[in-house]
Parts: sequence; structure tokens; C-alpha cells
Amino acid sequence: MKSGWLLWLPLALFAALGALFLGGLLHPEERVITSKMIGKPLPAFTLPQAASDRPALVSAEFAQGKPRLLNIFASWCVPCAAESPQLMALAQAGVPIDGIAIRDAREDVDAFLARWGNPYSHIGLDARSSVQIALGSSGVPETFLIDGQGRIVFQHVGDIRAEDVPGIIAKWKAAQ
Amino acid sequence: MIAELGLAALWLAASLALLQLALAAFGLKQGREDLLGGVRPVAVTQALLVALAFLCLVLLFLRSDMSVLLVAMNSHSAKPWLYKFAGTWGNHEGSMLLWVTVMGVAGAGVALFERTLRRDTHMATLGAQAAISLGFYAFLLFSSNPFARLDPPAPDGQGLNPLLQDPGLAFHPPTLYLGYVGLSVAFSFAVGALMTRNVDAAFARAMRPWVLGAWVLLTLGITAGSYWAYYELGWGGWWFWDPVENASLMPWLAATALLHSVTVLATRDALRAWTVMLAVVAFSMSMVGTFLVRSGILTSVHAFAVDPERGSFILALLAIYIGGALALFGLRVGTVREGEQFEMMSREALLVVNNLLLTVILGVVLIGTLYPLMTEAFGHKVSVGPPYFDRIAGPLALILMLAMIVGPLTRWRRDRAGVVAGRLLWPAIVMLGLVAVLAVTAWGRIGVLPFLGLVVAGGVALGSLIPLTKRNLRRTPLFIWGMVIAHLGCAVSLAGMASESAFNVEKLIAMAPGDSVETAGWTVRFDRVAPIAGDNWTAMQADVSASRGGATARLRPQSRFFTSPPTTTTESAILTKWDGQLYVVLGDRLDDGRWQMRIWWKPFVTLIWLGGVLIALGGVLAIIGRERRGWALKLRQIRAGEFG
Repeated sequence: MKSGWLLWLPLALFAALGALFLGGLLHPEERVITSKMIGKPLPAFTLPQAASDRPALVSAEFAQGKPRLLNIFASWCVPCAAESPQLMALAQAGVPIDGIAIRDAREDVDAFLARWGNPYSHIGLDARSSVQIALGSSGVPETFLIDGQGRIVFQHVGDIRAEDVPGIIAKWKAAQ
Repeated sequence: MIAELGLAALWLAASLALLQLALAAFGLKQGREDLLGGVRPVAVTQALLVALAFLCLVLLFLRSDMSVLLVAMNSHSAKPWLYKFAGTWGNHEGSMLLWVTVMGVAGAGVALFERTLRRDTHMATLGAQAAISLGFYAFLLFSSNPFARLDPPAPDGQGLNPLLQDPGLAFHPPTLYLGYVGLSVAFSFAVGALMTRNVDAAFARAMRPWVLGAWVLLTLGITAGSYWAYYELGWGGWWFWDPVENASLMPWLAATALLHSVTVLATRDALRAWTVMLAVVAFSMSMVGTFLVRSGILTSVHAFAVDPERGSFILALLAIYIGGALALFGLRVGTVREGEQFEMMSREALLVVNNLLLTVILGVVLIGTLYPLMTEAFGHKVSVGPPYFDRIAGPLALILMLAMIVGPLTRWRRDRAGVVAGRLLWPAIVMLGLVAVLAVTAWGRIGVLPFLGLVVAGGVALGSLIPLTKRNLRRTPLFIWGMVIAHLGCAVSLAGMASESAFNVEKLIAMAPGDSVETAGWTVRFDRVAPIAGDNWTAMQADVSASRGGATARLRPQSRFFTSPPTTTTESAILTKWDGQLYVVLGDRLDDGRWQMRIWWKPFVTLIWLGGVLIALGGVLAIIGRERRGWALKLRQIRAGEFG
């Protein structure tokens, strides 16, 4: 190894690695994971009421012809509070949103909604995360778009940020 | 006041690192001995100041000072003191402060204890160490200040991830960090050697204890982390090829290669450029691992706070240090005199095989870990799971283990193939015997990799002991013992891995209190389930009795619920026997009143971690064996007042 291009090969490889990392940092799309659940029907469930002033949630709700968002949240989840303004904006834009509260208690959900706003039309309580697991969701918050026939068309992992809102509205319109 | 004192100490330490770099750089450039004379005292003072800053943060956590943002975000006054203490580094800012603290202390160690290296190389090394520290000081002070105040103070903290409330957390991350940062010293040595064009056996001997020490700590850290994931996650696995695990494995692979090549350089003055390259790669892998974990670009689980700003900062540091070192390598290594040559049949050649295999495995792990990022560049994110790693890294590791039998039995410089083959007779017989036994007893029931793993483990176990034969054991140098024990540890660990995946028995059933089940020779009875309360959690605890051959033992798996933040964790119950572990997890309660139970019998699984500890022990013996004389000399110098 006296000279030649070989000596610069490590630097070149590292430069490629650095470019890859930079790409990873600059691409917010990677927050959206292509789920195995896309195109699959929503699992059937019946969940009890989670908040005092919203009705309970059954999966049949999502097969009545109009696309709806299904948001998985919890009163103890800080990112869920962070995404609440975006959910309120979506609700004001006319997107119907139903919620599933994970491992929660009614008083806590009521307090959470009173503090951060209530964009939901129905809220079901998933006390043991069973529906969450059936949905293939690994954490809160997570949001699914379900078409009028009860099929999952889109999954957003993590909190919805302000820049995600227009895209979600567009996807909801496209599903109609 | 404590927070302000900590912050002031941190700023002062950062300024001293800048001074250390400047003194070394100008002193070397202008050949001014008066400037160079300041480098070592400044390095020691810098270490004291950064240690003071770290101590301040520990105090803030122990006192649950909720007027400090970091404490309020990550601690809670109701937590047991050990977890308050461990909470100091259980978060981003604190772990980075620990990082620079260890780096400063390691730099002081190089300043105080290194005596054999040429003076200009020593000074350049200290300058390089200060340059790396500076970047991390800047990172802390400008983007991750651990001492930021919260006004008004929080009424109480937001707790700590309950998964992390475990004694394992108190010691596992700092051990890994010590290892990562120990590799920074090897990196600085490499940069110093390139700067002063001084790559030779003396340089290798100066670098070796740091590489060995870092490698021992990484080995212990990975072993502990693996056991922690095994009993705490409750999934029964001991390695998941998770990006965070790979982030610690990659530096270990590089360090393992480095510690073998540095021995070639120290003993035979060969592999000069390659050793320097590996020293750069080893610490680069530590920084890449830190970047992957801290930037969040690979973790899809959203519990981690993804912070692009911090990611960019670490990426910039990566570009400066790794890019700079590799550019220096390209410029300078051509001027390094070529080292000694050696024959194809020699220990040097086999160590080259070891290095190549380790490097390829490192590449395989790196590519697998980054695969989601690479595919994303083409539009969709796909990750390769354990099957990829097992199928590609597994066979390579087995070949590496075979080379491990041959290497220690081959002479330096030159050996005769026929003679080496003769020394391999017994390991070969053992392996053939194992093939025959396993083929008769377990053919078709166990996979190819576990089958080969058991065979190779037997061969390595015997082969690793052969260097001790025909020696007076009392007079055998400690570093030979170190090599033998470390290689034996590899065999023990491999035997555990292969046995676990070949003979593991799993049972998932629903049980009502009073039910019994038979599995793998055990009778497991579910006696009762009852609530139980701890410091900051409540749990449902099952009473399970497991009996085999007349003896009965109690197991108490729990499903634990933490209040701040509200989270459920499973606490597995593990019964350790000489021939394996019985692993019981309490799952959910079903609607009909029965409970889900997961029961595993894992034959000889404990060998995995026992092997890890043996490997680390071998490293410790090697350090003592190699450095004893140097330490004794140093001690005499201190006694004679020649210190400093």
C-alpha cells in the first residue's frame, strides 16, 4: 500500500455513508412507514365508551361509505398532546375522526380532551391494547385512514405535524 | 447553584481542550518546547473540570432538583435512589456529558501514564484527543445543555422509562460508553502517529493497552446488554439485531480486529497501514453507532425523541473527525515505511484472515443495519430482519472460529503446513466425533447453523487449550493465558448460542390457577395469581411451581404497571439450573378468567453470557500480562519523585 487510489477508498466509502446519513436526516417521509395493513380490512372490534361526552366505537362505523380517520392516542402520551392542534385542524377541515384511547381511564381522557380539545366523534377504550395490536400499531400516537368500505388505505406512525396536515386531507379526499 | 457551577466547569473544560489543542499544534509546528510543556498539565486539569461538571449533574439528579429541565423531564422524586443516580446518564444530555467526561479522563490517563512513545507522537496524540473532545463539548454547550433551568420549577418529574428501572441500566450503558471512548484514544494515537509519521512497534505497544481495555469493556457491555434484553423484555431472545444492538456490535468487531492486528504490529512490526486504518475505523464505528441511536434515523418506534438538529450536529462531527482522519490516512500512509513481510503459512497470515473475516462481518452488519436507509433512497423503506444477519454473518463467524483454532497453533514468521496439520489432529477428531453423535441423535431436528455451531464450538474449546500443552503452566506468560481463556470463552458462548437455538422448547398456553402443564421434562403448575405493590408500581404476580425429578422451585413472573409514566412491563421469572434456564412470562388475563403463560426451556443458554465474561477475563489477563512491567517501572518512578 504505497500509493494509488486504494488509499482514498476508505474516504470515498465514508463519503457515501455520510451522504446516506444526510439523506436520512433530510427526508421526513421516513416517518411514514408502509404498513403491512395497507389494503387490508380493518379488524372487527367493539370497544366501550372512553370519554363521558362521546359514544363508544365499533368497527362497523368505518364501513358506512365515507372515509374516516382512526387516531390511536392516550391521555398519558405527550406526543399525542403535541399532535392535538393538527387533529383539531383536520376536524375543522371536515375530516371525521374517531379515536381509540389505549390503556386509559375515563377521568384522564376527559381531562385530556378538556385541555387539548376534542376532535373525535366516537372514542373507544382499548384497555389492554388488544385492538391496537390487531391493527399492527406499535405505539401511540398513530393514525389510520379507512375508506368507506372498512379497508385501511393509509397509516401514519407517530404524531401528525403541521406539515403533514395538507397531505392527509388530500388522501382523505382521494379516498372518497 | 449546583447547575450553574456545573455549567461553568463545563465551559472551562471546553476552553482548556481548545488550549490543549492549540499548545500541541503550535508547539509541534514551531518546535517550541515551552508550549509543549503545557499540554500534559492542561489535559489533566481539563479532566478534573469535566469530572466536576458530571458530578454536579449526578448531585442534581440525586437531589431531584426539579428546577433543572433535564431532571424534571427524566426523573421523579418517588424513584429509588439507584435509578435517580442511573437517570443521570439515562437520557441524551446526561449520556453525552458522561461521554466527554470519560474522554477527558482517558486523555488525562494518556498524558500521565504514557512514557514509551516518542515525544512528538505523544503530543500529537494529546492534541488529537483534545480536538475530538472539543467537538463534543460544542455539541453539549450549543445543542444539548444538561444544566438548562426550568422556570417555574416542575412540581414533580416525568419519570423514567420503566423498562429502564433495572439495576442493569445503572451499569450497562456506562460500560459501553467507556469502551466506545477508550477507542477514541486508539483513534487519537493513530492520528498522532500519522501526523508525526511514526507508525512502528513502539506505537503499537503504546496503543495496545487502550485497545484491550476498550475491548474488554465493550465485551462486558454487550454481554450485559444482551442478558438485560433477555430477562427484561420478556421475549425469550438474547439478541434481536436491533439497530441499537448493532451499534454496539460494530465497534466491538472493529476493536476485535484491531487488537489482533496491533499484536502483529507490536510483535513483528508488520501490518502498519492496516492497523492505523482499523484504529480509525473502530472509533468511527462508535461515533456512527452513537449517531444512529441519537439521531433517530433508524428507530421507527416513536418513543425516542427524534431531533434532526442534534442528528445534524453529530453528522457534522462525524464528517470532520472521520473524514479528516481518513483524508490524513490517504495523504500520509504512503509515506509510512512498509513493515516486515511474512509467509503465507504463518501466524501473521492467519491473523490477516481473522482481520479480513471480522471486517467482512462488520460490513455485513453495517449494510444490514443501514438497509432501511439505503432502500429508502430508492423510494420505499424495507428492513432486513434477523434471517439476513443469521444467514450471512453466521457462516462467516463459524469460518472465523475455525481460523481461531489454527492461528494460535501456528508459528510467527513461517511454519510448515504439514506440522500445523499435525497439531490440529485432536480438534479435528473431536469435531468429527461431534458430527457423528449429532447426526445420529438430532439429524433433521436441528438447523444447519446450530448443528455446525455445536461442532465448531467443540473443536475451538479443545483447540484453544492446546497452546498450554507442553508448557510449564506456572511459567506460562499471563498474556498466553489471556488468549487461551478468551478463545475458550468464544467456544463456550458459541456452544450456548447453538444449544439454545437447537434445543429450545417453547410453550404458549392459557392456564387457570391450579392447572399444570408438562414441558421439556418439567412439570409447571400455576398455583395462584395476586396483586402486589412496589415503590412506584403495582403488579399482578403469579405463583408458579416448577418441578423436575423430585425437586420443586418457585417462580414469580409479574405483569407490572408503572404510574409515571403509565406503562405495563412484563417481569419474567427465570430459574437457572446447571443445564439451562426455565423462563416463565405471565401474559394477559383472558375473558374466561384464565391467564396466558409463556414457558421456555432453554438448554445451556447461560453459556452465552458465561462465555462473554470469559472473553472479557481473557482480555484483562492480557492487559496485566503485557503491562505489568511498565506499571512497576512507573510506580518506581513515582516513588523516586520523577513524576510529571
